[in-house]
Amino acid sequence: MAEEGQQHPLKIYWIMWGALFVLSGFSYATDFMDDGALRTFLILTFMFMKAGGIVWIFMHMGWERLALKVAILGPPVALLVLIWLMSLEGNYIEDTRVEYYGESTFEPKEPEHH
Amino acid sequence: MSELVQDWSNDKQVFGVPWGKAMMWIFLLSDTFIFSCFLVGYMSVRIATTDPWPNPSEVFGLEAFGVQVPLLLIAIMTFVLITSSGTMALAVNMGYRKNRKMTFWLMLATALLGATFVGMQAFEWSKLIAEGVRPWENPFGAAQFGSSFFMITGFHGMHVSAGVIYLLVIAFRVKNGFYEKRGGNYEIVEITGLYWHFVDLVWVFIFAFFYLW
Repeated sequence: MAEEGQQHPLKIYWIMWGALFVLSGFSYATDFMDDGALRTFLILTFMFMKAGGIVWIFMHMGWERLALKVAILGPPVALLVLIWLMSLEGNYIEDTRVEYYGESTFEPKEPEHH
Repeated sequence: MSELVQDWSNDKQVFGVPWGKAMMWIFLLSDTFIFSCFLVGYMSVRIATTDPWPNPSEVFGLEAFGVQVPLLLIAIMTFVLITSSGTMALAVNMGYRKNRKMTFWLMLATALLGATFVGMQAFEWSKLIAEGVRPWENPFGAAQFGSSFFMITGFHGMHVSAGVIYLLVIAFRVKNGFYEKRGGNYEIVEITGLYWHFVDLVWVFIFAFFYLW
């Protein structure tokens, strides 16, 4: 495979392209839903399906050797720890701000459109 | 799994890809961490602020045909970028088929769609700046909204702009027969494609976390 380059039937790309359009449509549709666990779940589901398709098919990762897959896709897993720590930190800072400065008195304006 | 162990223990190149492609993947891995730091930073300031977070659905809404449509421009930008990802994927395929003409036109189409995306982003930035959104304050809610917005979309837009230049350079080299003199190897189109698909990939995450969340 490596000597030949990543040569695949065109059909795969057409299907992936179509799937990306449909999934993006679904992503956009979540904006019309009410906030809640279901909406968050759907946002993440469509996001990971699109990201997976781009990396696996368009970037040809699905056809690469396991050594490359592990080297590139492995390290980002460490980001889960960063996300976890920063959300803890963020919540702590918010609690501290409420404790010392009190609740927000910010009066937001509605966005106007032209 | 035994393939992985053998690749690493044999006395040969590990990844079985041209070095240019391996280096592009490693660059993209480092870029993944940069964008992740921005998105995680955005997450922590959004959690930490006590002010209400502006509703992106309203802030980025546009009026079309007398109706208020949420996130309209962002949705169009998303579809423009996806279309460009498709033309890029086809360009890579045509490159390996040694179809120089089609590769050139598809890469040119990709670059034009990319430029369209940046243009729409410039419009979006001007609109928000006119409405009083600044990196340090905005009328709709928490001040951190502006700094996150300009930082994240600005850095992504810079990547798209660089990608457009990169695409144009390689596209014209393909057209002029530059790679014919180097043995007719069109792996470079795939390497350029990796960068372009990555830019689209980052947008998928920005769209989900910044615009929809």
